[in-house]
Amino acid sequence: MTSETAVAVRGLRMRYGTRDVLDGVEFEVRRGEVVCLLGPNGAGKTTTIEILEGFRARSAGEVEVLGTDPATGGEDWRARTGVVLQSWRDHARWTARHLLRHLGAYYTPYSTPARPRPYDVDELIEMVGLGEHADQKVRLLSGGQRRRLDVAIGIVGRPELLFLDEPTAGFDPHARREFHELVLRLAGAEETTVLLTTHDLDEAEKLADRILILADGRIVADGTTAGLAERFAGAARVSWRLDGERRSVTTPDATRFLRGLLAEHGEAVADLEVRRPSLEDTYLALVRRHEAGASRGESAREFGAETGGRAPGPGRIESGEAAR
Amino acid sequence: MNRTAHAVRVGLARGWHEFGLSVRSPQDQGFYVFMAVATLAYLFWNRDDRVEGTSLLMPSVALPSMLGMVMVFGTVAGPAFSLALEREDGTLLRARAVPRGVTGYVTGQVLFQSLQVVPVFALILLPGLLLFDGLAHRGAAGWLTVAWVIPLGLLAVMPIGIVLGALAPNAQKVGTWGMLPVFGLAAISGIFTPITALWGWVQVVAQVFPMYWIGLGMRSAFLPDAAAALEVGGSWRTWQTVAVLAAWAVAGALAAPPVLRRAARRTSGSQVEAAREAAAQLVR
Repeated sequence: MTSETAVAVRGLRMRYGTRDVLDGVEFEVRRGEVVCLLGPNGAGKTTTIEILEGFRARSAGEVEVLGTDPATGGEDWRARTGVVLQSWRDHARWTARHLLRHLGAYYTPYSTPARPRPYDVDELIEMVGLGEHADQKVRLLSGGQRRRLDVAIGIVGRPELLFLDEPTAGFDPHARREFHELVLRLAGAEETTVLLTTHDLDEAEKLADRILILADGRIVADGTTAGLAERFAGAARVSWRLDGERRSVTTPDATRFLRGLLAEHGEAVADLEVRRPSLEDTYLALVRRHEAGASRGESAREFGAETGGRAPGPGRIESGEAAR
Repeated sequence: MNRTAHAVRVGLARGWHEFGLSVRSPQDQGFYVFMAVATLAYLFWNRDDRVEGTSLLMPSVALPSMLGMVMVFGTVAGPAFSLALEREDGTLLRARAVPRGVTGYVTGQVLFQSLQVVPVFALILLPGLLLFDGLAHRGAAGWLTVAWVIPLGLLAVMPIGIVLGALAPNAQKVGTWGMLPVFGLAAISGIFTPITALWGWVQVVAQVFPMYWIGLGMRSAFLPDAAAALEVGGSWRTWQTVAVLAAWAVAGALAAPPVLRRAARRTSGSQVEAAREAAAQLVR
C-alpha cells in the first residue's frame, strides 16, 4: 500500500453465524478515484462499506483506509472520512442550516491549510442545492431535500474519502443529475476519493472511474466500464431485416460480420442495428455466469427477484428483459 | 487545542440548542405543563390535611418530596427514551460519523436533560408558593440546600437513565421494564407517606436507591427542623444523603461509559435501516 492508495482490502471475510457474507474480498482504491461497488442484493455491499467506515467489525482479513485499520482508526482518522447516511427522523426539530453548522463544528480542530475544515455552511448549502430550504426544520423537508442534506453532512468536514451507500435512492431524475455533478465536482476540485454503492447501473457508468462487482461474497470483476464490457460481455448484437423477416446475431466482431452480411445480401438488408454491450449487459452476464458457477445460488436468485420486482429506472428496463 | 475539550464544547452548544428547541416545542410544553398540573392538583386536593402528629400541612411535606420524584422520573426517563430512540433513528450514528461526535452527543444529552428540570420545577414551584402556605420554611439556607441536592441527585440518577437507554432493545421496552420499577420505587420512597410508616424491609429497599435520599434532601431544604421527627432516626441525615448519592454517582460514572460505548459501537446504517423497516411495518 502506497500513499497513493486510499483503500486496500485483502482477504476480507465477514461471517454471520455459519454464513460467510464476505468470503475473501480484495480490492484497492487509489486517491482521487471514484469507485462504484455494484452487486445483487445480499451480496454484502453495505457490509463492506460499513467495515471500511469503521462502523462494523470484520471477521478476518486486512483492511486499510487512508493508511489506517478502520477497526482501530480512532477519532482523528474519522475526521478525514465522510459518510453519507440516510436520514430518517433524526434531528427532526433542527433546521438544516443549524444541523450542518453543529456537525461541522466538530471538525474545526482537524483543519489544515490544505484542507480547511469544516466547509463554510452557506457555500455548502449552495453547493448541494438546498437553497431556501436550509432554514426549514428537517422534519418538513421532502425526501429529495433530505438526501441533499445527508450529502451535505457527509462532506461538511471536507473528507479525503467519502462513502456513499446508495446515495440517490429516492431521487427524481433532476436531483439525480445534480447529485452526479456534485460528486464529480468533489472528485475533481476537492480531490476527494469516492466509494459508492448503487443499484443504478446508469449512475455507476456516469460517475465511476472504475467499477467493482461484488457477487456471492467476492469481487468478481474490477475495471472500467469499457474494460468490463470487453472482457465479460464481449459480443455485440447485430439485428437486421431481410425479406421482411427480423433476424439477429451476437458476434464478437460486428464489423467483420457486417461486411459479410452486406456482401452477401446487399440492398436486401434493411433496418440494420448494432448494439454494443452496455454496463447493464455486462453486469447481468457476469452475475449470471457467476450464478451458474456458484455452488450457492442464493444471491443470484435474490437478484432475479429484485430486477423483476423493482420499478424500472432509466437503466433498468433492459435489465428486466435480459433477466427474463 | 484539546480536541476532546472542543467536542465537549460543541456538545454543550448542542444541549443548549436542544433545550431551546424543547422549550419552544408545543409537544414538550404540553409535557412540562402536564407534570406541573398533575402535581399541583394532587397537592391542592389535599391542601387542608395535616400530617399526622405534626402541625404541618400536607402540601408543605409532599411538595418538596414530589419535586424530588419528578426530577428522578425526568432524569431517568429523559435520557432512557432519548437514547433508545436516537440509537434507532440515526442520531447516534450521525454522532459516530463525526470526529469525537459521541463525546459531544453525550455531553449534549447530559446538559439538555439536566436543564429540563428547570421548567418543570418553575412550573410547580412558582404556582405552589402562591397556592400553599408555609412551603419554604428555611429561606435562603433552604435554597442553598436545593442547589446541592439537585445537581448531586442528577449525577446519581442520570447514569441510570443512560444505561437503561443504552441497553433497552427499543424505545417501547424502556417504558415497560425501565420505568415501571422507578414508579414502584416512588411508592415506597416516602414521597406520599412518611417512610417510617412502612414495613422495615421496605424501608431498607427504599434506602438503597437515590429517590428516597433526593426526597429527603429536598424536605430538609423546605421544612422546619421539627419535621425531621417524621424521618428515619428523627434526623435529616445530611451526610448519609451526600454519601449515598455520591456512591450512586460514582457507580454511574463507572458503569455508563462502557455501556454507552457498546451501544455506540453497535449502531450502524443497517441497524437504523432495520428499525426504519420495523416502524414502517407497524404503520401498515
